[in-house]
Amino acid sequence: MPAPVVNVVFAGLGGQGAIKASDILADAAFRAGFDVKKAEVHGMSQRGGSVTSDVRYGAEVLSPMIPRGQADFLVVLEPSEIEVNRPNLKAGGVLIPPDAVAEAALPNRRSLNVALLGALAARLDLADEHWLAAIRAALPERLHELNEKAFRLGKGSVP
Amino acid sequence: MERRLLSGDEAVAAAALDAGVHLGTGYPGTPSTEILEAFDALGGRAQWAPNEKVALEVGLGAAFGGARALVTMKHVGVNVAADPLFTAAYTGVSGGLVVVAADDPGMASSQNEQDSRRYAVAAGLPCLEPSDSQEAYDLLLAAFELSGRWQLPVLFRMTTRVCHGKSIVTRRAPVTPAAPAFRRDIPGRVMIPAYARPAHVRLRQKLKALSAFADGSPLNVWREGSAALGVIATGVAARHAREAAPHAALLELKTIHPLPLEKLRAFAASVDRCVVVEEGDPIVAEACLAAGIRVEGKGEPFRFGELDVERVRRILTRDDGPEAPLPRGKPPQLCEACPYHPVYATLRKLDCIVAGDIGCYTLGVLPPYQGMDTCVAMGASLGVGLGLRHVLPEADARRVVSLIGDSTFVHTGLNGLVEMIYNPPATGHVLIVLDNGTTAMTGQQEHPGTGRRLDHQATTRLSIEGLARALGVPNVDVVDPVADPAGFEALLSDRLARRQLSVIVSRRPCILAAADIRGYERQNAASAAACAACKEG
Repeated sequence: MPAPVVNVVFAGLGGQGAIKASDILADAAFRAGFDVKKAEVHGMSQRGGSVTSDVRYGAEVLSPMIPRGQADFLVVLEPSEIEVNRPNLKAGGVLIPPDAVAEAALPNRRSLNVALLGALAARLDLADEHWLAAIRAALPERLHELNEKAFRLGKGSVP
Repeated sequence: MERRLLSGDEAVAAAALDAGVHLGTGYPGTPSTEILEAFDALGGRAQWAPNEKVALEVGLGAAFGGARALVTMKHVGVNVAADPLFTAAYTGVSGGLVVVAADDPGMASSQNEQDSRRYAVAAGLPCLEPSDSQEAYDLLLAAFELSGRWQLPVLFRMTTRVCHGKSIVTRRAPVTPAAPAFRRDIPGRVMIPAYARPAHVRLRQKLKALSAFADGSPLNVWREGSAALGVIATGVAARHAREAAPHAALLELKTIHPLPLEKLRAFAASVDRCVVVEEGDPIVAEACLAAGIRVEGKGEPFRFGELDVERVRRILTRDDGPEAPLPRGKPPQLCEACPYHPVYATLRKLDCIVAGDIGCYTLGVLPPYQGMDTCVAMGASLGVGLGLRHVLPEADARRVVSLIGDSTFVHTGLNGLVEMIYNPPATGHVLIVLDNGTTAMTGQQEHPGTGRRLDHQATTRLSIEGLARALGVPNVDVVDPVADPAGFEALLSDRLARRQLSVIVSRRPCILAAADIRGYERQNAASAAACAACKEG
């Protein structure tokens, strides 16, 4: 890689919103002016199986897939998916587990993916305006307020 | 022009719109399904065909009529469409015809990992392969230009990562192709032997000219690098290669057939060591070696599964040693409230031998049911079940059931049903059609049995039970296995005991699709009422 690329792996089970979360990150990075690539496999995953999605952004991204052991961040929506995906993280990489945000504080259990994006956002250099624009573009209007709240809650959870 | 973050499938749809494609058709299949849905959403004319063969024939007819047509399918769909595909290379087209074949190396959601590029070689069709969304966009435009210029269908090979991956795409100004018009060309379009013989010669002449075109084409990108190592790479593997070996010289191949052999020869000669990196079969490597071009192919382990940066690094260092296993997460399973549960419970209880088919319901093979004994190809449950019935000892033959979904039944199960009434086994046979009112596995697409078109507008509904009765099947029943599981078991037991042909349509909407289906039906009923009121007025 000629320039540093930020690598984020999302993991969860089909239907939990891991792919949606990766779409929002990819869009936020795109809006911030970065080159972005995202890779995922869906299909059988719609039936409740494991889902992962890779997002890479930087000045220039080549492969869409994050080489194993090179993820800067691993965002996991399901406790049982943490260990199988841990080898994706590089040494010193950051795990953002499902309990990074207190579930009881969430406006809705379905917004965990966006809340975890908030926890991720606290550690990335993407401006809030890009995050919020990406969240609004990815979700129907009736869910905007709820998810913006979840995002801020997640962001606030990081000391 | 506007830049957008698009999947490869969405980029193909955008390119189809900008190329002025008159008609898009295909059959749903991961990872190709989203192309036609996105084309429809952009305002293009897109429709689902009952199967890939019909889709290709519709596209071919449109292209005979001077239109630009896009036909989409997954790799195994090309097998279904292969009959017209081979001869379409002889007839050629007047407008433009591009056939997208979406391969699934690693089988994320497929029954095999065949390499569609073999079809381009076998049928004699030009083939292009993109490595990301921008290239999917650019090369689809190029494919239509090629198709128009050489009057040939073009095969467009994609893979799962390119179809479903997202990257940034800049669109170009749309073009308006010539309007469709019929021009009679009997020797060019009617493939009796007397006309097909010169047509084959014409095809080979075109391919020779296309080979020269490929050699000069700027579509293939030669990146200068170290003289010590050169990499020839195709598709997404070219992106992995740039990351794995940033200093190597790189030839990114986009024209997969015919290959730019002279350019390949010059590239290989410009480096000390030249390695071909390609996903799937070693097609480019073999072609280079056959042409006397000094290259190394990948090791045998890399014929299997997807490539990534690490695996490309191993190919380049000739490391064929054992690889770390991929993380094994939770496998997919039948949804908790799937209407197929009672069907599988009954098949298990009655100890049936189940000739299965392809769809969500194939997941019934997993524990706790292990409710499927064979699954080979779309529509194969009929033929395989009948074959088993014909030869097994009577006690076993009477346990055989063919099990197929509604969309798969319309796709190619229909032919098997005709075989069932034409050559009935001595013990009779039982076909269960699992009708959940949608093509569930690929993301709930419409099909002729739903009575709605790709855009969910109403059309004539194919009646599965009506068709079975019209064919002369003596026992045809429609049941809801969830509402009355005991009734389903009693019915199946009775039908297995008869030495007759039976079709049981097990009808209950997919729980993931049910709310949407109700919405479409409400909307279509309202439109029909408004239409009737207008006519009365």
